[in-house]
Parts: sequence; structure tokens; C-alpha cells
Amino acid sequence: MTTSKSDNGYLSGSNLERMLRAGHFAATGELGPPQSADGEEIRKKAALLKGFVDAVNITDNQTAIVRMSSIGAGTIVVQEGLEPVIQMTCRDRNRLAIQSDLLGAYALGMRNLLCLTGDHQTFGNHPNAKNVFDMDSVQLVKAVSDMRDEGIFECGDAFKGLEPRFFVGAAAAPFADPIDFRPYRLAKKVNAGADFIQTQLVYDVPAFAEYMEKVRGLGLHEQTYILAGVGPLKSPGMARYMKKNVPGILVPDEIIDQMTAAGAPWADKKKDELTKDDKRARSKAWKEAGINICIELINQLREIKGVAGVHIMAIEWEEAVKPITEGAGLYPRPTVMEEQPA
Amino acid sequence: MIVAEQKSLEELKSLIGESEKVLVVGCGTCVTVCFAGGSREAAIMSSSLRMASKLNGDEKQITDVTVQRQCEWEYLDQIAEQVADVDVVLSLGCGIGVQAIAEHFPNTWVVPGLNTTFLGLPSEQGVWEERCAACGDCVLGLTGGICPIARCSKSLLNGPCGGSEAGHCEIDPEVDCAWQLIYDRLNSMGKLNVLLDLQPPKNWSTSRDGGPRKIVREDLRLAEEEE
Repeated sequence: MTTSKSDNGYLSGSNLERMLRAGHFAATGELGPPQSADGEEIRKKAALLKGFVDAVNITDNQTAIVRMSSIGAGTIVVQEGLEPVIQMTCRDRNRLAIQSDLLGAYALGMRNLLCLTGDHQTFGNHPNAKNVFDMDSVQLVKAVSDMRDEGIFECGDAFKGLEPRFFVGAAAAPFADPIDFRPYRLAKKVNAGADFIQTQLVYDVPAFAEYMEKVRGLGLHEQTYILAGVGPLKSPGMARYMKKNVPGILVPDEIIDQMTAAGAPWADKKKDELTKDDKRARSKAWKEAGINICIELINQLREIKGVAGVHIMAIEWEEAVKPITEGAGLYPRPTVMEEQPA
Repeated sequence: MIVAEQKSLEELKSLIGESEKVLVVGCGTCVTVCFAGGSREAAIMSSSLRMASKLNGDEKQITDVTVQRQCEWEYLDQIAEQVADVDVVLSLGCGIGVQAIAEHFPNTWVVPGLNTTFLGLPSEQGVWEERCAACGDCVLGLTGGICPIARCSKSLLNGPCGGSEAGHCEIDPEVDCAWQLIYDRLNSMGKLNVLLDLQPPKNWSTSRDGGPRKIVREDLRLAEEEE
């Protein structure tokens, strides 16, 4: 791992970092802030995740839709006794705003940071907005690592006081194109200083295992902690939609078939013959299948050498995290005291 | 070249407003080549506007003229009399041409007939594509001659984001992923190692972010004075 200047031997001392350095298989979750100023929404979601994950990502205007800020929502999450991973995209802020916001985030108790490029604004609800992209995600990783390890701002000026000491993360899209470049793109993020990696959703385990083989060939699994992304499917339609429309997500037909099979008892009925109770029962059956598939994926992923944990993305379905972590034997979460790591 | 396209007739009518005498000014350079504002387009435009004003019952005097380059004073001098005679000039030049007319004829109201769209090239007959963002600090030497500033939707410098799929950008299947193009070209030339270097944050001060830009060439200025 990267050299550390902190007294306790940790880079940031975050729970997530301590968990990973202790060699535990980590579990992170995801919490999408509301499209409102209602802090109660955050508290409700935090309650569903607390205790089941080591830290929870707070998305930053995901899919370019305006939501409560990651740092604002993260502050509430800290108050609720859950550890946030602040997400920071390069889409909405230039290097001044990014650094300034991160100083504030650190002062408010945030210790984990995920550096992202950000979805293009044309996807969201303000498609006429001007984007920024002053830096890209690789440059952002380098900038925040340098803040911590070199004590300097992006411009090279030294800090005149406490520097923010984040556990720095980056994303990986193993199945996006050009696919041969993906392990090298990851290498760039690791060389820039990424302490941990969270991947795009994985449904195709053999394809991911192939990617990890290349990653191990570059020695990256020994320089960073790789958390494989998983997420429960809600319906066969969702699986088909992701397969067809979301870049960089592979959904094998067997998984779509498993989801379809879960809805078999209602398959003979036409759409207008389905009662409300039918639809409710079918949705329940699909969701159960989705959770079981997710558990099975976790079981398979943790067998792959170099996978240090899972990142469970159950956005707008935070209730699913409990049965998933329980089913995958990830609950209860271990605790790691704030002692010096070996 | 500078690529532009015409504004809608509706918008042009509203820009002209109540003016009675209108001079449509074409430009013989970039916008001629992209079929947006040359002599042919200027003639068609003035004819369309004449017809529209006639239909509207307030027939205007609309004439047209085309200069070789709207962005050079000497060509604008040639139309000084015609400009002085009208209420409004509708420029079919790029944004530079419109501003040159405004600057050169301080007492003349000028409105744009085109939307200046980008710096690019005709990739095939009838299709123009952006190629350069005029960032003032060319990176093409690092990217195999394909510009990620102009052609990547996020102007990324360290490789493709997760939205690259089958050669296309996530924003639109009709848009090429610039990083796929860069990757393919460097791969075919055996230069992929170039992509492994971390590119630091770009210095945007040479771009528009540094404020309006200006080049002063003292060598040329002195030469001018000697004439």
C-alpha cells in the first residue's frame, strides 16, 4: 500500500480501511440521496444499512439528476453512526470547488472518497447545463492522494494546517470498451493512488474472473483493494434492460432465465388478467430470486483471488442489503479497533 | 474550417423585426464551403425573407451581397456604401464575421443569420464533424492525432470512461467514442504504451477559461510599420 504519514499507521483510519487492512472481506453499500431537502429520508435509509455494511457510498447527483449533495447527506449519515464513502464527480465542479468541498467534508468527519468522472449531464434532468470536467477521475485520484501524502493542493502549494486524509477510491468498469484497455485503465488509477476500487455491477462471473486474471497479471490486486460490484435484480425486465441499455454491464442469459422462472406461476396470465395481489406476489417472487442470485454472485466472487470485498448497490431498495449480507454470511460485520495495523 | 448552420426563418424574422431595409451579407470563406452562408445561400435567404415579408403584408427591401471574408477589414470596406443604406445587416458569416461588421460599422445594427457551431470538417458529403476545440495547447501528439478535448464528451485525458460501448459514446449511439478511436489508432501503430502515462490536469488558461485570447506577433507588426 501507499506510504502513510499518519501516526496510527493508517492512511485515513476509516472503518473501511481498517476492515480491509485487517484482511476482512469488506462489504460496502450505496445510499442515493433524495431529490429533496428532507434529511429524514437519509436517516431512514441509513437505518436500513447500519450494521450490515462497513461503509456506504453516498452518490453525487447520480445519473446527472439533482439530489441532496453527497457531503450534505454524508454528514447526516455520520450523525447516524454509519460511515460514508463520499462520491465526487468531475462533472459539476472544477478543481477549486472539488478541493474546497473535500476540505469541508473532511472537517465534517468524512474519511472515504470515491473519485468518479460522472455521468454526462445529457442523461439527467438538467440536460442544458454546462459541464465542467476540469479534471478527470484519474487526475482527481492523484490530487486527493497528493493532498494526503504530500500535503499539497493540486496547484502544488503546501497546506498551512491539517490536510484531509481520505481513503481514496476509484471505480472500474471491467466490461466497458475498449475491453482490452480496462486492466490498464485500472492500473492508471492505482498508480495515481487509488487505495480501493469499486467495480461496475458484475453478473457475469466468468468474464469478471478473466478480467481479474489480467489485473493480477499487472500485480494490481496487491496494490489496491478491489471490491466487486453486485446488485439485486428486481425483475426480469430490469435484467434485460441493463443487458441491452447500460454500457459495461453484462447480464448472462441464465440469470435472466432464473428471474423469469421466478415469475412462472403468473406467466400464463395476460397483463390485464393480473390482479393487484398477483402483481404484488409476482414482484415478491422476483425480488426473492434477485436477492438469491445476488447472494450466489457474492459467494462466487469471493472465491476469485484479488477480490477484497463487495460493493452492494441496492439503490432505492436498501431493505435488500440485510437479507443479502445475511445470506452471504457477511453478517454480523467484524469490528476492527483503531489500533496500529501489522 | 469554421462550421455553421442557418438559424430558422422564424428566428431571422424576429431578429429583423420592424426594419424596412435589410442587407444580407454572405461570406466567401468557411461558411461557403459548409453551404451555410455563401453567395448562393445569401441570395436564397434574401429571397425567402422578401417572400415572407410580402406574405406578412409589410414588404421589406431586402438585398444581398457576399464578401470574400467578413473577418477582414479590407473586404468589409468594399460594402461600406451598401451597409450605410440599410436599417439592419443580417450577416451570414460566422460569429467572427458578425462581430467584424459590428466593429467596422459602429452605426449599423447587425444580427446573426447563422449559429456558428464548431471547428471541423466534412466527413462525407453533407456531414460535418467537430475536430478541434481551439484549447490553445494542442495534445494531439499524445493521442495519435485524435483530439479528446473536442471529441470526447467529457474531454478526458486519461482514457475512456465507463460509458464507451462498441465504439460509441454513452451520450448518443451516433457519436464515436474518441478514446476508442485513439486506442485503435495507437494499437494499430504499436504505440499503446503512450496511454499508460498519467496525464496531469490540463492547463485551461490557454483555452477560453483564461479569458478572451489575443496573439501579438511583434515581428509582423514591425514589418507592417516599415511598409
